[in-house]
Amino acid sequence: MGRTVSVEVVYRGIFQTTLAKNICRGIVLAARKEGKIGIAFGRYGDSPQRNGIPAKNFAIVAPDEEELQLSMAQYEPAETDVTINLDDMLCKGVESWAWYGLQPINEKVREHGVLLVTSTLPAPEVVKFCHTRKTPYRLAILPALPSFSGLWVYKDDHTDARVLGALPKLCPELVSPDAMLEAVKEEWKDELKVASARRAYESVAAVTVRPGEGNPEVPYKFELPGWTKMREGVTVDGMTLGEPIKFGDQIGGYRPARNPYFKKYTTRTMRPVIDFDKCIKCTLCWLQCPDSCFDVTPDQTYDLNAEACCGCGVCEAVCPVDGCVTMVNEQAFTDNKSQWEAYKTDKKAYAKWVHAKIGNPPGRSHGFRYKGQYADELAKAGAPPAGRTRAGASGGEG
Amino acid sequence: MDAESATAVRTAVAEQEALISGSEAVAVAAKLADVDVITAYPIRPYDTMMQYVAKQIANGEQDAEYIVAESEHSQFEIAKHANAVGARSLTGSSGVGWCYAFEAIAVTPALRLPMLAMVGNRALDDPGAFGTEHNDALAARDLGWMHVWVDTAQEALDTTLIAYRVAEDRRVFLPCAISTDGAFLTHSQALVKIPPKPWVDEFLPKYDRKELRFHPDNPITIAPQVNEDWLMEIRRQTDEAMRNARGVIRAAYADFGRIFRRGPAVDGGNPFFEEYRTEDAEIVLVGMGTLSMPVKVAIRKLREQGQKVGFVRIRWFRPFDCDGLGKVLSRFAAIGVADRDFSMGSPYNSGVVANEVRAALYNQPKHPPVVSFITGLGGREVTIPGVREMFEHTRKAAEAGTAPNDTQWIGVRA
Repeated sequence: MGRTVSVEVVYRGIFQTTLAKNICRGIVLAARKEGKIGIAFGRYGDSPQRNGIPAKNFAIVAPDEEELQLSMAQYEPAETDVTINLDDMLCKGVESWAWYGLQPINEKVREHGVLLVTSTLPAPEVVKFCHTRKTPYRLAILPALPSFSGLWVYKDDHTDARVLGALPKLCPELVSPDAMLEAVKEEWKDELKVASARRAYESVAAVTVRPGEGNPEVPYKFELPGWTKMREGVTVDGMTLGEPIKFGDQIGGYRPARNPYFKKYTTRTMRPVIDFDKCIKCTLCWLQCPDSCFDVTPDQTYDLNAEACCGCGVCEAVCPVDGCVTMVNEQAFTDNKSQWEAYKTDKKAYAKWVHAKIGNPPGRSHGFRYKGQYADELAKAGAPPAGRTRAGASGGEG
Repeated sequence: MDAESATAVRTAVAEQEALISGSEAVAVAAKLADVDVITAYPIRPYDTMMQYVAKQIANGEQDAEYIVAESEHSQFEIAKHANAVGARSLTGSSGVGWCYAFEAIAVTPALRLPMLAMVGNRALDDPGAFGTEHNDALAARDLGWMHVWVDTAQEALDTTLIAYRVAEDRRVFLPCAISTDGAFLTHSQALVKIPPKPWVDEFLPKYDRKELRFHPDNPITIAPQVNEDWLMEIRRQTDEAMRNARGVIRAAYADFGRIFRRGPAVDGGNPFFEEYRTEDAEIVLVGMGTLSMPVKVAIRKLREQGQKVGFVRIRWFRPFDCDGLGKVLSRFAAIGVADRDFSMGSPYNSGVVANEVRAALYNQPKHPPVVSFITGLGGREVTIPGVREMFEHTRKAAEAGTAPNDTQWIGVRA
């Protein structure tokens, strides 16, 4: 009769919410073709969603109703057979509204289970972003840009059908390829989608990620206090004042205190790269940042705190100097270290680093809006370019 | 204060007598307690309290912020927020006005804000009715509000002072609703002893929110978003505060008796409920609020005829003295419970109090039959013949050793 199979879909809130829902629905409907029973649901605590905030959907397929009850009235399964990541940058970790701390993307994947990631990067590059773990799992890449099939706009790039098509190959216990193709056909009534699903089935392959492979950083987490230890009155400590920055012999500037329990950076798909030599100290990035993620350096320039940055791009939009603040795809970074400290340590090396990042960057990420985007889109469509064009702004919606 | 200086204070000042209503007695207590913020929105019958406070302030007798809100919802919110910054606050309402404030009412206990609200008990409209019924206050019975019912203007004054002391105790920090029957208390003036301020000052310490005070010197965030990881612990904390209130109430009444020389501690009674002629009683009625008056009169008449009847009046409904009440009630041959409220579709189709009484008896070795009555709704008078009827039903249950399975409506036209 088989056993219960759990699938998790990690996605970007709003931007991919419909996509995640469609994938989970597709799994359950396909399993139904084989007489199995299942449920599809969103991680309740992720709601209300916000743009880009990591969120989760689940599909659980069981051989019968009584088996399924074991997985019902729960927010999420304890472990998954397959975790699907619809935005490769979520491999850096998942900090949602639903819990405290950073959850590794592979945390729920059972031993020898599968992590399926849509990405333009090859598996060895993607592994570098994923936290290490003690047990082996398999990693499969579905070559794709992160899809933008969200709440307001459903970009029908066949990511839904391709993910569904890949599943019977990666997890044969879930559902047979025939049932899956039949479900895709019935759901979308589109032969092209069926073809996309079939091609994904035929081409997808997984590699084994061994214990210890990946990002060795220990993800931050917090102990939840008991009722006798918690502050009463539903109160939490207010934010304290910030402090000056100390680096080398320099002391000065101001680093505001930030929420130690919620860092937000896994929402980010792009981050600003700052060319401190170009900074005219106009304060605009610092003033306009909606998340107060700029620190005032002892030089009176503005350094990004990459743990606090959601990657919204307001800093780039308000910066009056070309090439001073440039949004670069998060794929180009492996840590959250201070750019200003790197600049102060070795200005020449830093200049090279900035040049590399903004000179030949990975494309703009999905869902990211920026100044000049409309002109870029027109140019791509063959119309004459208008307005300012920017380095690194060629990816469009990607 | 040592005993000697306490006596010196006592001889220097004396109680005065005033002819005031139950609502006005709450207002006078607010003046004596030096309440900082009073929020008001008119609805009968509670409005008699807010009017009297306004008068005291206008006369220069009382110094307080007096805020008339644009609705009960805002009225309760303002009192709540004032309470959070460390201001002693008072508010109140009646009937559907109380219900309109319900969102604020529901969130106040978890925030551990010990504000006081006078509920001038009133029927819930529609139809436009303003007679007393206890369903307004009882709608909030499970949320972490303390609930106390009084039956005289004097008790209204005394209980307001006691309620501040209990609510503002750091171990408690819960809001308290003081229920006063519409018309019979709110619109009826009686002679009340007004204690001198030094006695009140001795009894009632300053409100100190300590580490929970919302203030620039103590930067905190109140009520951030929480999910299922937190709320159960918050509920458990509120639960613990309510448990703590039982002991704090006992201590407060003991101290009240010492300083004011009246009340249950002086009479040898229980703070949570009043016993009337129960020593040798065979059967008793149980109820809350001013129905005590006709019940007591009827008891004296019945006793003249040799019937051993008594009365137990519940003061503190939350926290409920389950053990104490259960012990007292289990010794009678039968118990009648007169509810001035309803709980449609409840077990035995009872009112709220009857089922609480049944639950209190459950763990007692003896379970006398409990006969439940619904009476006096919408402000209808509970009459002496009506009380006799209830005792008659209760006596029959005692003789039969069992109670009817259904609730009797007393004083309703068939």
